[in-house]
Amino acid sequence: MAGTNNNKNSPLSPDHDQVANPSRRNLLKSAGLVGAAAVSGAASQMASAQTPATTVNPQDLIPTREALEVLTLAEAETLAAVCDTLIPSDDNGPGANEARAIHYIDRSLASHNAADRFRYLIGLSALREHATKQHGKPFHQLSAGDRQALLQAMQDDTLSGFDPGSANFFNMVRNHTIDGTFCDPYYGGNHHFIGWDLLQYPGVRLGASEADVALGARLPANHQSAYDHATYVKTSTYMGDDDHAN
Amino acid sequence: MPTNLPATDVVIIGLGAAGGVAALPLTNAGLKVVGLEAGGWLDPRDFAPDELRNGQRNWPQTVQKTAGEAPTVRATSATEAVQGGHPMMNAVGGTSMHYWAQSWRLNPWDFKVVSETTRRYGADRIPRDSTVEDWPFGYEELEPYYDKVEYAIGISGQAGNVQGRINPAGNIFEGARQREYPMQALRSSPFTDLMGAAARRLGWNPFQGPAAIASEVFDGRPPCQYHGFCNTGGCHVQAKGSTAFTSIPKAIATGNLDVVTFARVTRIVSDANGRATGVEYVKGSEVFFQPAAVVLLASYTYENSRLLLLSSSAAFPNGLANNAGQVGRHYMSHHQGAPVTALFDRDLHNWYGLPAQGVAIDEWADDNFDHADLDFIGGANLWAHTDRQPMSAAKMSTFGLVNNWGSDWKAFIMKNADRTNSSYIQKTTLPYRDNYLDLDPNVKDPYGQPVTRITARYGDNEKRISAYAQAKMEQWYLEAGAIKIIKSGPGNVMGASTHAYGGTRMGDNAATNVVDRWGFAHEVPNLGVLGASVMGTSGSRNPTLTAQALAWRTAEYLAANWRSIAG
Repeated sequence: MAGTNNNKNSPLSPDHDQVANPSRRNLLKSAGLVGAAAVSGAASQMASAQTPATTVNPQDLIPTREALEVLTLAEAETLAAVCDTLIPSDDNGPGANEARAIHYIDRSLASHNAADRFRYLIGLSALREHATKQHGKPFHQLSAGDRQALLQAMQDDTLSGFDPGSANFFNMVRNHTIDGTFCDPYYGGNHHFIGWDLLQYPGVRLGASEADVALGARLPANHQSAYDHATYVKTSTYMGDDDHAN
Repeated sequence: MPTNLPATDVVIIGLGAAGGVAALPLTNAGLKVVGLEAGGWLDPRDFAPDELRNGQRNWPQTVQKTAGEAPTVRATSATEAVQGGHPMMNAVGGTSMHYWAQSWRLNPWDFKVVSETTRRYGADRIPRDSTVEDWPFGYEELEPYYDKVEYAIGISGQAGNVQGRINPAGNIFEGARQREYPMQALRSSPFTDLMGAAARRLGWNPFQGPAAIASEVFDGRPPCQYHGFCNTGGCHVQAKGSTAFTSIPKAIATGNLDVVTFARVTRIVSDANGRATGVEYVKGSEVFFQPAAVVLLASYTYENSRLLLLSSSAAFPNGLANNAGQVGRHYMSHHQGAPVTALFDRDLHNWYGLPAQGVAIDEWADDNFDHADLDFIGGANLWAHTDRQPMSAAKMSTFGLVNNWGSDWKAFIMKNADRTNSSYIQKTTLPYRDNYLDLDPNVKDPYGQPVTRITARYGDNEKRISAYAQAKMEQWYLEAGAIKIIKSGPGNVMGASTHAYGGTRMGDNAATNVVDRWGFAHEVPNLGVLGASVMGTSGSRNPTLTAQALAWRTAEYLAANWRSIAG
């Protein structure tokens, strides 16, 4: 189910302290460090991938203590390169991969977007095959320019092997990449609030005064997930007034 | 065999915006009411400010009964109907839990479309294939009930016409109201101020619209906190006047309302004399029969027609109250498409706010302007509002300036995420002969019952209003400083909508209407129907307050005439 996270090591685990949560950001940081430090063989393989347009360390994409729940490693490699091409890390700052959009997508394919799993299977393998056929290398090892050209062909609906079509797949992945970059961090993306900072979205608040939204006002980013607010965390001891319920 | 329950005075099918309001005058009058609700109770704490869950994944609509019985949709009878999503949710309070809460009265013209159009322009101006009729009464008849609902659930707003005294701070085109709103309008914002000033430069009369959202402490509920997430989200402080937090608790407090949650009504039972005797419902794996002296059908427009069609009997072989063949007829879903989207050259400060925090223009709605040289009747209410959330902001139009991915796009959204705005334009929508609801011959719900099938498309009248209103909206945005404009197409299919009307239309003529002027079925005198399904015209504004005023009126009439109706 969406919103369920049984990973006790996750900083977003629902059983972390909901009432006073000053250390949440530190938890996030430490989780990233743990992930980067414990490089598995598979992650090393990803690290060797040529991703010239980005400064992201692929080891950070999926910290080893948070599993790929759905995607295979090959799919994750391809998808990470697609996400990086759609929302690149560049002179304007971090992109989809630092936001861990791929982690969001992987989790969503186990839950709310489970019906899309087969489309990812077909689409990512088709993209990988096109890359190998055209350039002799898998998609994630292509130069940024070659990746962009393939994505453009995909968006123009001219790549074969997709079901129902490459433009359809492109639009789905674009949507999911945006979701994973700009969603509430509870869902596994928008890591370190990277997406919200890009948009200068100041964050979830329980209220906004006239001064907060006045012309020229610039609210500081509060870096709060909806679920950093105790009132929305459902495992609290609150019992509610259910007497009127039948 | 269903388990027979003790009889009650009134059973209400559905405790949403309409049924949840009707329960209050009935229980206040001392009638014993059983409210059958397909959903359960939700807590304000259920509505986290979570754009992904509420807005993109439609959590409120997908977890309950409606998801299994979404209507199928087709433009005409020549095409195959395809099942889409259901726009409404099941809960005590229904979709009043998470709606925008814009709470308009219809304008007087909306009650008299046929006679007023004929008087001013000639009968040939009514589109030939439209089945539109005047309502059986005028705005003045409904005014006292609008007033009661506004004060019972708490509407904030700025009156424009109190007993004939016009106040340009409000809607100068509205019908006369007996008094001011119970609360001042929601506050304006830098963006709505910008749009308001632009409208005044154009010689128009901008005003802040009415909302079922507290702008100050009202009846023990705190005021709006302007935090956003109101669209498809419930209110974390109960500022939104859902019936779950207003009329229903008051009805329960009388001791006369028994709420049964997770009850799926499958049939309204009728006898050989053509009277309703009660309803059958499923709760868990059990089937119950709830006998009642009076049945009030108050589910949504699609389910109101559906349940009647599923409730055939010897006396009603084609569905309950359908011997005249009118159930499902005169269906409309409001034309709300064809928006205009603008790009500005400065931040609009819309990250916090709500869709009901907006500024309206009514100059081009209804018959507020001369149609003599135009090729349509009716018009559109223009609405510019706040509310912006990060995922939808990132999915903003690129206005043809950049591709929609890559570094250029990233730079574009970083600069413009708070610089775009999309208008909300609601248009007069008419019923047409070939538009209707019936039962789908193929698609069934999880209980094996056919779902509603929508066969409907917009007419030329709606498409012409769209083009006209878009031009006005573009003019308004440009005056406010927009640097780019996009106008979307009008669409063709009248799909499943939160603004769905008809199917059980109200009127004096039993040959063309299902319910009489009080909301009781012409063919079944102890069966009342509540909701926008009884409305014969859409107006160019949100339907909920009108549906609630009609529900209150039907309930009061029932209480006042109990012996003659209950038999």
